Amino acid sequence: MVAAIIALSALALVASFGLAMVARAFAVPVDPKVEEIEGALPGANCGGCGLPGCSELARRIAEGRADVDACPVGGESVARSISRIMGVAFAGGGARKTALVFCAGDDETARRRFYYNGVKDCASAALLFGGDKLCGYGCLGLGTCAGVCPFGAIEMSALGLPVIDPSKCTACNKCVLACPKKIIKLVPVSRRVHILCSSHDKGAKVRKACSVGCIACTKCVKEAPEGAIAMQDNLAVASGVPEIPDSVAAVCPMNTIRVVDLGISAPADAAGAAAEGAAS
Amino acid sequence: MKSGTFFGGVHPRYEKDLAGGRPIETMPLPARLVVPFAQNLGAAPKPVVKKGDEVKRGQLIAEPQGFVSVPLHAPTSGVVQAIDVFPHPVGADLPAVVIVPDGKDEWAPGLNVERDAGDLGADALRGVIRDAGLVGMGGAAFPTHVKLSPPKDKPIDVLVLNGAECEPYLTADHRLMAERPAEIVEGASWFAKALGVENVIVAVEKNKPDAIAAMRPAAEARGYAVRALDVVYPQGAERQLIFALTGRRVPAGGLPMDVGVLVQNVGTCYAAFEAVRRNRPLTERVVCVTGRGVANPKNVLARIGTTFGDAIAFCGGLREDAGKIIGGGPMMGVAQYSLDAPVTKGTSGIVVLTRREAVQYAGDPCIRCGRCLRACPMLLNPSVLSVYAERLRFDETAAHHVLDCIECGCCAYVCPSRRPMVHHFRRAKAEIRKKQARAV
Amino acid sequence: MEERLPDAGPKAPGTKEKTEEPIARFLVSSSPHVHEGIRIRSVMGLVIVALLPASVFSIYLFGLPALFTILVSVASAAGFEWLWQKVVRRPGTAGDLSAVLTGLLLALNLPAGSPWWLILVGNLFAIVVAKQLYGGIGYNIFNPALVGRVVLLVAFPVHMTSRWISPSAWGMDAVTTATPLGRAREALLATGSVDAALTRNEAIDLLIGNRAGSLGEVSVILLLIGGIFLLAKRVITWHAPVAFIGSVWAMAGIFHLANPARFADPSFHVLTGGLFLGAFFMATDYVTTPLAPAGKIVFGIGCGVVTVVIRLFGSYPEGVSFGILLMNAFTPLIDRAFKPAVFGARRAKTA
Ligand code: SF4
Ligand code: SF4
Repeated sequence: MVAAIIALSALALVASFGLAMVARAFAVPVDPKVEEIEGALPGANCGGCGLPGCSELARRIAEGRADVDACPVGGESVARSISRIMGVAFAGGGARKTALVFCAGDDETARRRFYYNGVKDCASAALLFGGDKLCGYGCLGLGTCAGVCPFGAIEMSALGLPVIDPSKCTACNKCVLACPKKIIKLVPVSRRVHILCSSHDKGAKVRKACSVGCIACTKCVKEAPEGAIAMQDNLAVASGVPEIPDSVAAVCPMNTIRVVDLGISAPADAAGAAAEGAAS
Repeated sequence: MKSGTFFGGVHPRYEKDLAGGRPIETMPLPARLVVPFAQNLGAAPKPVVKKGDEVKRGQLIAEPQGFVSVPLHAPTSGVVQAIDVFPHPVGADLPAVVIVPDGKDEWAPGLNVERDAGDLGADALRGVIRDAGLVGMGGAAFPTHVKLSPPKDKPIDVLVLNGAECEPYLTADHRLMAERPAEIVEGASWFAKALGVENVIVAVEKNKPDAIAAMRPAAEARGYAVRALDVVYPQGAERQLIFALTGRRVPAGGLPMDVGVLVQNVGTCYAAFEAVRRNRPLTERVVCVTGRGVANPKNVLARIGTTFGDAIAFCGGLREDAGKIIGGGPMMGVAQYSLDAPVTKGTSGIVVLTRREAVQYAGDPCIRCGRCLRACPMLLNPSVLSVYAERLRFDETAAHHVLDCIECGCCAYVCPSRRPMVHHFRRAKAEIRKKQARAV
Repeated sequence: MEERLPDAGPKAPGTKEKTEEPIARFLVSSSPHVHEGIRIRSVMGLVIVALLPASVFSIYLFGLPALFTILVSVASAAGFEWLWQKVVRRPGTAGDLSAVLTGLLLALNLPAGSPWWLILVGNLFAIVVAKQLYGGIGYNIFNPALVGRVVLLVAFPVHMTSRWISPSAWGMDAVTTATPLGRAREALLATGSVDAALTRNEAIDLLIGNRAGSLGEVSVILLLIGGIFLLAKRVITWHAPVAFIGSVWAMAGIFHLANPARFADPSFHVLTGGLFLGAFFMATDYVTTPLAPAGKIVFGIGCGVVTVVIRLFGSYPEGVSFGILLMNAFTPLIDRAFKPAVFGARRAKTA
């Protein structure tokens, strides 16, 4: 036994020595900037920038093939330190964003049209008639978005809808790309009122499929300030400017429009965050 | 390696007795027909009718878009009630034209007339076959005229009539061979003429002795051979069939014509006979309505556009415990959520399984038993593929040849962990194709 | 198939309707829609059945202590699996009989009359450490039963290697004795040579199992019958067992020819120890051995070589467990090396 242990350790030693030699022999000279930038990046290798990892982005930034604020996760502070490394001016970005699911059709509110039995993954489920929800636009509830989130910001609720924690979400965009129904969007955290539906079906069809879907009654359009909400192909869509006041949520007969707490609860805070965004 | 068969495969419970003994019955016209535009592989034809139009049987209602596309014809005379989205048996909701029959079933002028056709040349034959809207009727629905136009450097020397019908439950081809052998063989002779091929083989699985007996005299009268094949699924899959008959291996990623073979389903041959000799476009087909979930399984001659609900009603309706409606056979067919899905040119059967008969996928971890490796007729490693697909590592599935999977379902059929193997592979293929499309 | 889906079908929660008629009527899944009917449970059940003759014989041979060992081992394996799944709240694989099989295999690897705590510790390592901590069935790298055994061997060598009960029905006059391999080893250490000639009678004794040893390694014939049963049922393939036993025979034969005084007859090596148990029931374990036939052969040969080397030169008299465990570690590597070729030659990518 002892002999075996000694032999194995010796083997391991030789192997690691060999590996070290190989690593040295094949080492590539790196631009010191690349390493510095890589140090500034979050190091999560989340892929949110569209590249395989942080080091790849660092290389591109150093070579001038990517912008200093190309990392969607790092936000402003990272962008600023990278701009310092690169010696360029950084103008400052927009407001902080978070992902939000534009569907409220959970197991109690949305109906299904068949019993799905297959791979527990939304994109796979969507291969069979687009999914089992009677609403062709709705969330399939199998949690593909939760699976791809590198930051563990998404959890599936007991009723089968993803719940995104804005404090963990870095707006890396991965869930947006992974969702086969394309119902996750990035929204500024300062925005409070959201229209949680993606269905372009006509009102009668929506009512049949879901008790919280937009039926295009246009009440919200009338209640909200001019230009805040527009009807697009049977769906109320927020334009972003001007903001929708909280009062509009109350007029929606389907409870599709809701005040969503994205971590900035009081309107005063929202103003503060906006100001901070503008100042930088 | 036994001769007359291929590697892998499985022996499912065939259940062909359910409908196998039932002669083909012609189904009366239903109250409405739902005719989807996408009925062929390739580009769907474009509608040329609108709501309120009157149509005659065989009248063009959608014209082909490009070479790999075929025209679509009204299955009976009547009025176009609507053009709307309907569940389509391929597994998606797609646009279709709804026709309300007027009950007269009048043919459009010039159609449904006998012709000699002996003087038609190869090009003329291809034209007739294309204008009749012929596609592969075994399920894939590939335009027939495209198959009949091989490139110059890929000469065809063997034509195979696929009467294997290896899918469990289905008996549509079986009945057609037993009842209309002369017409099938004549239809095949037009294909042979269009291709300039002498060597024609009729391939039938041994479990259909009456079909073999009926086909033999008709085929031999024209010098065609009839080959009785071992009963093993998927004997009727093109690559496996070609290998079993000729020993030729279709290259991975290639087509049968790469080894000089063309395979045509016997139903397609029958449709060719109708098109060439009777000048009838494809407006009806034999559909096997079967399974323990239907009261009275039958083989029916139904119009294209007949909804599954109407066809099942003609066969006595659903039983209490019907749990799964399949367009096609239980190994490769597509489960339907609605009885509004219509019979299309590629619908060889409607199989209704009871809840008990239908598999319940569990997706437990692979226990690496290796059963799927032994079952896979493409010699893939479904176990590894499914594990990679499950972890969304689609590049790895491509490296392990997932694109060569023929989705025969043998692996899932034998997996003790009840893993949804084919579902995994379809997902992986979709992702890989998406990526390839982006790269171009 | 009593466990098939109840008529209610799987749950599609959105359809538990209030007033309106349910919209979902049918099951929708990808093809294929039918299944052969086999389950993990049925496969494991067949392996257990195949082990029954040898198990029953061991009870006949060693008496109640053997029965005690088997029962405690199976119960504790199943118990640990159940407990674990309760604790981590993971549904699923309970009831698939794989834990029962692990317990049985471990029992067959223990000497009769092992104390209950020894069996418990062995199963704790087998089920919790070797299997569940790796992620449960399908994910473990090492054969759980063998991990259990080797842990015990290293931690409690006395209990595992020198308290053999010599066979006598119902164990009434149990005397402590040595296994044939142990005896050969002692002879070698004492005199510098093994009494290599395997007499005809001794060979027959080994075949039918009239000898000391752990429960499952004694009767070569009954193990072989079980193995052939599994082969016939297509639960296992011949590749690994044949390669394993064949390579043990060949290796031992070469050494024997080189120095008959020091190295025992190859038949002695083939018939002793846990070789048949290992070759047919553990080198064929699905999860921890290679998938492809060629890989299985490599795996079997590797097991055989390591076994013989340990038996002849190592510090333990028996090397089957170590051989298999070592090769388990190489399984992923072997799998990668032997990919089956696709049907139809690969065409140069033109598209
Ligand atoms: S991997 Fe594909 S080709 Fe192979 S058995 Fe499975 S479905 Fe059939
Ligand atoms: S049949 Fe299922 S459990 Fe067995 S190796 Fe294949 S995927 Fe794994």
